[in-house]
Parts: sequence; structure tokens; C-alpha cells
Amino acid sequence: MENRSFQYDKCEIAWCPGCGNFSIRKALIAALEESALDPAKTVLVSGIGQAAKMPHYVNAHVYNGLHGRALPPATAIKACNPELTVIAVGGDGDMYGEGGNHLLHAIRRNPDITLLVHDNMIYGLTKGQASPTTMTGMETPVQVFGVFAEPLNPLALAIAMGAPFVARASAVDVEQTKEIIKQAIAFNGFALVDIFQPCVSFNKLNTFQWFKEHTVYLDAAHDPADRVGAFARAIEAEKLPLGVFYRSPARVTFESSLAVYKQNKDPLFKRSRSMESIRDFMKKKYA
Amino acid sequence: MKELNECVNIVLAGEAGQGIQSIEALLSRILKQEGYHLFSTKEYMSRIRGGVNSTQIRVSSRRVAAYSKKSDVAVLLNQESVAHLKDRISTDTIVLGEKAAVSHPALIDVPFSGIAAGIGNKLFANSVAVGVICGLFKTDPARSEAVISQHYARKAADIQKGNAEALRQGYALAGELFKDKLRLNIKKDKAGQGELIYSGSEAIALGALAAGCDYACAYPMSPGTGVLTAMAEYSKAFDIIVEQVEDEIGVVNMALGAWYAGARALVTTSGGGFALMTEGFSLAGMIESPLVIHLAQRPGPATGLPTRSEQADLNLVLNAGHGEFPRVILAPGTLEQGFQLTKRAFAIAEKYQLPVVILSDQYFVDSYYDTPLPDLGMAADERHIVKTSPGYRRYDLQAGPVSPRGIPGHGEGFVKVDSDEHDEAGHITEDLGLRARMVRKRLGKLELLRREAPQPELSGEPGAGTMVISWGSTYQAVEEALAGSRGGFCHLHFSQVYPLPPGLDQLLKKAGKRIVIESNAGGQFAMLLERETGVHIEQKVLKYDGMPFAVEEIASVLAAGR
Repeated sequence: MENRSFQYDKCEIAWCPGCGNFSIRKALIAALEESALDPAKTVLVSGIGQAAKMPHYVNAHVYNGLHGRALPPATAIKACNPELTVIAVGGDGDMYGEGGNHLLHAIRRNPDITLLVHDNMIYGLTKGQASPTTMTGMETPVQVFGVFAEPLNPLALAIAMGAPFVARASAVDVEQTKEIIKQAIAFNGFALVDIFQPCVSFNKLNTFQWFKEHTVYLDAAHDPADRVGAFARAIEAEKLPLGVFYRSPARVTFESSLAVYKQNKDPLFKRSRSMESIRDFMKKKYA
Repeated sequence: MKELNECVNIVLAGEAGQGIQSIEALLSRILKQEGYHLFSTKEYMSRIRGGVNSTQIRVSSRRVAAYSKKSDVAVLLNQESVAHLKDRISTDTIVLGEKAAVSHPALIDVPFSGIAAGIGNKLFANSVAVGVICGLFKTDPARSEAVISQHYARKAADIQKGNAEALRQGYALAGELFKDKLRLNIKKDKAGQGELIYSGSEAIALGALAAGCDYACAYPMSPGTGVLTAMAEYSKAFDIIVEQVEDEIGVVNMALGAWYAGARALVTTSGGGFALMTEGFSLAGMIESPLVIHLAQRPGPATGLPTRSEQADLNLVLNAGHGEFPRVILAPGTLEQGFQLTKRAFAIAEKYQLPVVILSDQYFVDSYYDTPLPDLGMAADERHIVKTSPGYRRYDLQAGPVSPRGIPGHGEGFVKVDSDEHDEAGHITEDLGLRARMVRKRLGKLELLRREAPQPELSGEPGAGTMVISWGSTYQAVEEALAGSRGGFCHLHFSQVYPLPPGLDQLLKKAGKRIVIESNAGGQFAMLLERETGVHIEQKVLKYDGMPFAVEEIASVLAAGR
């Protein structure tokens, strides 16, 4: 038997010492283990960036594709084999910049996949340029007069688009991040978890300490079924709330909407098609 | 009095939305049912209403499958079609139209809409036109009416009745209209009655169906959309996921995800869409994933002529994607090839784990003719996937260029693919020696593909005469022109344009002179042939006005170049 734990040690990890990615990896592996999933039925899908290297550091299937393009293959993998648990993972540049259009349409399709976005508000692997979530005014080697464009608010965007599960975690708190990821994985539908993460090499503003001081957990008074309330919390800027903002189990998932699964639940690769059926079809349709 | 014994060419023209498509659909069905061989092709403008669109229908005693510039009968529904078809209407053409709408010196007035209005609705005018042509061929009235009724079966009863009446009245007119002008003596071929009639788009979609394709995705783009529509139609009867994706980048990446999970995915697009897919095309090369893309060419650059035809994306596909990796390019010349090559595209993609492009064009996908049921061959049950064991390595170098392909959830092993250079297990590597081995692994497939590449189809004997070389959709026009020529030619047609088989230089050298005929301005295939074989191509006949080669155009090249 192959190792049935998600723990994977046969790798040399390419992250900077002290990177927030280590905490997220710890939280993710613990969440996968506690969710009692089978690594042989779990696929981690990513694009490009430091966060997108995550699949190489977890014991599971790996689809490490192109920058910005994790969501289309993740959607297709789940659609072609709904028996698989599919987790897409990447950074803010990968998912909110290069892959922004796919995010919008993944939310519309609502495949049952989990999307983890390591949001460190900077481009790390390309050495410190602004990302879609970099705060205005921050000076970088490219944005030398300070960032002008307003940062993208992924939670407000996702809630506005009707994403059925929208949460934010902080790598500063491994335990809570693990709990939120577990909920996202268990959720039947598209689940976005934006994860605050300090970049020790290139973001000197949004540090470990900064995230600690500028975040606060949503309390029991928050009702995740209340979409308008969730949106209000998502646009708060003074202190940035953490936790599950919105949760609506009502939406039908993409794969369960597909006609191919109405009668037959088998993944596509287990099916075959007879030449007789094609011959009859052609004769009937094109005679 | 004109007398036609073998073939009649009819052109129908009018503005978009006037119902040319319905006339074409009805006539094709009725005339095929009568036992004639039939070909139809359309050319149209990139608009929803207005302009001029035309359809050519050729009705013949023998199989015809190519566009002809000759028009024996023209049915013109608007004034603009007169100027639009000026090169296709001669003094020999019988021109039918409505005086109120069309002015032409040779016009024979047929009050299509007057008759239709008399029946109760101007919209019946198309069925009057269908009736006139049916009358010309003296089709079986009851069978013709049955086709009309079936066509309008889902409409209200008065619409059905009105169209049937319009057909009858049009039919009745024909005797008088063509008297002393045209006599037909086209033999019916009863054998043809059992044949099928479908378009190039459908040939490709049916090939995919036979190949076991169970996932089709695209972003709509003329002229590639017909294949998507056909797959969507087939998904009502077969297990196929059909998804319209947000953009072409999403399309190609989704298709790769589907292949990774064990599905057989088809992508359909045109040049501009494919240009957007090229990074994903390169990814297929790197992760060694099967990928099948249908690219229906239209004239570029950029938006170009969105609804017209060209063969100018060969260089794009040959060179698409950064980095070095093998690919296969197929270009069907017949409907049978559209079917068989698409089936083969899946087989090659799966066997060798690489991208295969089916390069068609607007003319090919929008042309219909009757054709026998293709040989369906064996079911494509073999998915070329393995059940993985613990320790499975996706890029195992032991197995040569092609390592066994596993999929997640099938076996005990892990399937790891990476767009970075990777080790045998599929993890990122910066081991530069391993990098070089992986490059050789990927490119090593090219030699295997070359060995398996089919020889081009040769008709006629290569001797001292001229070898006419074509690829893709120009096949039929060249064949028909050659059949009508005085000899001295052979025809070499390529339906696999890359990689080319070994020994081709010897074959090319057998002829005294070589002419390549292709629909582009640069002579892209001629250059590829010269580069691959070192044999000089003496003449290039190139066309790039957006229209396909007509039989007559090739015939005049042959007459001049013999």
C-alpha cells in the first residue's frame, strides 16, 4: 500500500524560511487527515507561484498547470470523476490576477471544489511587485510611486457573485485555518477560502504582527446564511474579519447538474460506447 | 434550349434571415431522396440580418463534392445578390427572381412573395422557391410534401398547410418557367439513396463520437462552432459533457483537466481562439497529455473575414506553443476523412500522449454531400490508461518516449503532472541532466510518429507530367478538375500534414514538375514540403480572397500549366 497519510516528506520545500505557506501546509494536511479522505482519491490542482507549489508537498495526486489556470482543469477533473475530492490552491496573483476570469465563472458553475488562495498581498516569486490585493500606496520596484489601483476584495466579490461558501483565514492561526479548510472541504459546492499570509521576503507592511493586529474573528452574532450581512462584513476595512462569512447550501453543483450522471454515477473513464449505437444513430439522423 | 445530362448547379442568394438555409435544407433532403447525388456549400457574411448570403446546390448523376463557379440556375431573392454573384452568373444562367425585388437583364419573373401572400403569409415564399426547383426535377410530389411537413412539424397547423400549398403552387409553375429554356436528363443513382448526408462539421463530430469522445468544450467562434453544436446535439443521446467555457484559455485548460481525469476531450475553435490556447497547447506537450483540437480556419490576421475560408493557419499550428514538443496535424479533404481522421486524432493523442490538431476550414465544415456510411472500425475501448500501482511514476524513463499514463482514482499510485520541468514522478526538478533526458523523451515521440505517418494519397501515375499537390479541403476541387482535364497530371493529397512520412522526396521527384495548390498567400505547405524534403516546388497556386478554390479555377491552372 502507498502511504495513506497526506503527510509527505520526500520533498525539498522551495519556500523561504519563515514563510506563511508552511503554516497553511500544516493546516491543510491536518484538515485533509481529519476529514478522513483517501489521498488516492484526492487531487490538488494549482497554477504557478510559490503557493502553487503546495501540491508537491502533500501526499496526493498533483495537477500543477499554468499560471492562473487552476480552476478550469479543477472543474473538469471533478466533472469527469465526481468521486475525487478536488482542491485548487494558489496565490493572490495566480487566482485573482492572471486567473480572474476563471474565478468569476467557476463561481457561476459551482463545481464541488475547494479553492484555497494564499493571500500575501504581493508577488513573491517574481520578487515583490504589486498583486491585485496589494494595499494602495505601497511602493514596490515596479510601483515606484506607490500602488494606485484599489485592491481587489475577493470576499465581497465572491459573495456578490453568489459563491455558496466564502471564508477568510489567517496563516497566523494554524488551528482556526485548519477548521475553516475542513468546513470548506466538507461543503458541497464551490468553497473559497482566502488565507492571509505574511510574505517574509517582499511584504514588509503586511507582516505576521500586522495580520495579528488587523484581524478579528467573526463572532456568534454573525449569521453566515445572511448574504447581505456577509457582504457588509466583507467590506469592513478597519479590522479585517476572519471566519466563514457566507454559507448557502442551496445551490446545485455543476457536476450534479450534468446529464451524464442522471442515470449512471460512474466516472467517465469507466464507460464505453458501442459502435452499433453510433451506426444506428448515424443512419437515423443523416439518412 | 439548354440540356443538362450530368450535373446541375443551382445558386440561391438572398439576405441573411431570408431563409436561404431552409431552402437548402429542404431541397437537399428532397433531391437526395429522389436518388440524385448532391453537394451544397454556403458562403455568408458575418451578420445576422441583411447583406447577401449564397448557397450552391449541385445535383448530379455522379458524386460531386466540390464548389463550382458555374451556375446553371440562379434564384435571387434580393437586388444585392446580382452584384454579389456577378462572377458566378453568366449569359448561360437561368435567373429566377421577383421583378418587384430584383432587376437583372435575364430575369425570369417568379412572383415568390405574391404567391406566398395569396396563400396567406409572405413567409411561404421559400417554399414556393423549393417547389419551383422540385418542379424542375419533377420530384415525387407526395414525397416532397412529406419532407416539407416534417420540416415544419413543430409549427402550427396553418403554417404546415401553407408551406405545403406553396410547394404545390411553385411546383406547378416550373413547367411553364423552364419550357424551351432548360431540359434535365440527370440520371438517378438508386445506390446513393442509402447514403448519408452530413456536413464537414458533423463528419468531425461523428468521428469524435466514434472515438469515444465524452467531453467537448469550446468558446463559440466561427467557423469552429458547428462541431460544438453537433456534439451538444449528440449529448442528448450519448454520454458527453459539453461545456461552453468563458474563454479559449479556459477551454484548453479544461480539456487538459478532463484528459487528466481519464475523459476524452475535444476542443473546437478557429485561428484566433487557437492563438489564445497556445500556452495550454505547450502545457499538453510538457505534461504529455493527449489533446485533440479541431481548428476550422478562416482568413486572418486578427478578426479577418470571420465567416470565410482560408488555409493560412498551418504555420501557426506547426509552431504553436513555446518550447519544443511534438504535435500531429491532420487535414481532412473528404467527409470520410473528416470522420476517420478525427477518430485517428484521438487514437494518436492517446497512444503518444501529445496534442493533435485537426485543421479544417470554413469551406470544409459548411459543405454537405452524400457519402456512404463510413467504416466505423473497432470501438475505441482502449483508453491507453493503466491502473496504477504504489510507487507509480508518470514519466518513467524506462519505457522510452511514451510512459504508461495513469489517471487519479484508478489504482493505488499517485498521478503527478507538472508544467515545470519534472522528474519521473512528476515533481518539479532543476536537475539539468534530467532536464535534457526529459527533452529527449518528449521529442523522441516525433520519430515514432514519422514512422507511423501515412503516405499521401496519390491519384494518377507520377511520370514526366505535372504533380498537383494539395492538402486538406482543396482535395475535391482538384480531383474534379483533374477528371475533366486532358491528362498529364497526377494528384498528391496530404491529409496528414505533419509529421510527414519518410521517403517523400523520392515520391516528389518522380514527377517532372510540382505545383502546390493552397488557400493562403505565403505557400505555407509548399514551404513545409521544401523544408522537409529538400525538393523544389516549381509553382504555387495561391488563393486568399476568402472563397475556396472552384473546380474551374483549378481547371484553368491545369490548362495553362500542362
